Amino acid sequence: MSEALARLKGVSRVYQKGKERVEVLHELDLMIPNGDFLAIMGPSGSGKTTLLNLLGGLDKPTGGTVTVGGAELSSMSNNQLSKWRSTHVGFVFQFYNLLPVLTAQKNVELPLLLTNFSGKERAERAAIALDIVGLSDRAKHRPRELSGGEEQRVAIARAVVSDPTLLLCDEPTGDLDRETAEEILKLLQILNREHGKTIVMVTHDPQAAEYASRTLHVDKGKLESRAAA
Amino acid sequence: MRTLQQIFAVTWLNFLNLSHRVASSSVAVVGVAAVVLVFAAVLSMAKGFERTMTLAGSEDTAIIIRSGSTSELASGLSNEQVLIVETAPGVLRDGDQAVVSAELYVLVDIRKKSNDSEANVPFRGVGPRAFDVRDSTGLTEGRMFEPGKNELVVGRAAQSEFEGLDLGTSIKFGRTAWTVVGVFEADGGVAESEVWTDIRVLQGAYRRGNSFQTVRVRLDDRDSLAGLEEALKNDPRLDVDVYSERQFYSSQAQGTSTFIRVLGYPITFLMAIGAVFGALNSMYSSVSARGKEIATLRALGFGPISVLVSTMIESTLLALIGGLLGGAIAFLAFNGFQVSTLSNASFSQVVFDFAVTADLLAQGIVTALIIGLIGGFLPALRAARLPVAQALREL
Repeated sequence: MSEALARLKGVSRVYQKGKERVEVLHELDLMIPNGDFLAIMGPSGSGKTTLLNLLGGLDKPTGGTVTVGGAELSSMSNNQLSKWRSTHVGFVFQFYNLLPVLTAQKNVELPLLLTNFSGKERAERAAIALDIVGLSDRAKHRPRELSGGEEQRVAIARAVVSDPTLLLCDEPTGDLDRETAEEILKLLQILNREHGKTIVMVTHDPQAAEYASRTLHVDKGKLESRAAA
Repeated sequence: MRTLQQIFAVTWLNFLNLSHRVASSSVAVVGVAAVVLVFAAVLSMAKGFERTMTLAGSEDTAIIIRSGSTSELASGLSNEQVLIVETAPGVLRDGDQAVVSAELYVLVDIRKKSNDSEANVPFRGVGPRAFDVRDSTGLTEGRMFEPGKNELVVGRAAQSEFEGLDLGTSIKFGRTAWTVVGVFEADGGVAESEVWTDIRVLQGAYRRGNSFQTVRVRLDDRDSLAGLEEALKNDPRLDVDVYSERQFYSSQAQGTSTFIRVLGYPITFLMAIGAVFGALNSMYSSVSARGKEIATLRALGFGPISVLVSTMIESTLLALIGGLLGGAIAFLAFNGFQVSTLSNASFSQVVFDFAVTADLLAQGIVTALIIGLIGGFLPALRAARLPVAQALREL
């Protein structure tokens, strides 16, 4: 297996709910190699999304270390994490999280506002990203004029437009019908195989997990490994 | 550079979806507009009053009044004293005649047109040179009263504010009837609130013998005031104070305009506190409505500073819109709005216009911006500190 892109060592995440102490992740170890397509499954509240957020620098562990691409996220400030996210990681959400006031093209351009690209370069790169997800003809449409599957494609284009190594997908097909879900999963597979993106996908759906190269199960804050289909 | 680009982008997004938040945003706008409206309206009264009082004041005219008198009404000068003043150095002469006007005024009750209440109007007896000792004052209609007759010339402002002062009408003060024969203007100054007649007739009608209250003299030169004052002060037969007309009126205006200000600033301050809460409320609801968008942008890598600054910009711009709205309403509704009030120095009515001046509007806008900044700060901080992971999950 190739070298590690991400490594979690003894990672714990404890939330304080009033006086109650909730341990979502418990001393978890995980290595994600470069080029992996990893599905994370588990029941609700098992800590899947927390794990994803830790990998994406959206949350910090209360114990242990999270290292992604050589950067130790657990010791970075919020500002540093923002900058890091803009170049190293792309997010795909269950409900797409597109900005309704912007066209598909402008939504995809958003992450490029954090770079030094000129307006023309931003437009070009967004067009390429939309082409990869097969939505070049929908560039001028706003999210409400798109179907759920199309919205998720735009969201994926937005996630890859700044060419991050790591894609984090939180239930990317959770809001889609079976057929559309398959299209999205095939797209993710292409991004993994042909564009070399490392993908970590949280899902409830065993059929979705089958598109990944391996699946891990999280339960009560701990990992259990099973062979991928 | 990139931070600026981020701030611009996030701010632009805020405004793009402002149309979804019209109701909550208008709370802030209306609140701030109300503050600026009241601020400008109240203080435009003080401004207008001051302007009217100082417009009347010329540097070329001196007022001689009994020493220690705080107003004309409290003063008293004899005929001999007036004659001494007429021959004093520094007094402008026209041939062998001094350009002076020895005057006396009483207060008469006349009904206001606006609310039908009785008001004290200064009824002034003046000499034949009354127009010559006042700047930009002159008859605009009718003619001057004839000496010895019960005839009146009335100020333009008095005529429009009080009843029964139309040209040609007869009006009764006490048991005497007077005929209005002329109308004069004084460029909006305080004299326009007065009614004039021949000093000799007034002395007789009100049994004042041969006494006066003030002498107005035209100076032969603006710099002659000091010399005139010295000469009069050193004359043992006189016990008088000498002011330039401008000094005299601005000291008269001070009491009333300070009173209006003392009223105006605390009202504005209290309302501003209310408006800050209005702005806070609007901005908190804006931040919570934009929670999903903010969390998404933060996940994409937009920094907390851009979120903070853009929220502050939004609240400041909403406040600015409110400020401009309030200022515009104040200007359209109140600027030039004529009222009269009791001057506490002369116990008489002064007719003046509200003056919504540029510097008042500027002060109002600054107040609005301060409200916007204060009202936006806490919500902006909340937006910037939004726990991204948690916010994404809640949506």
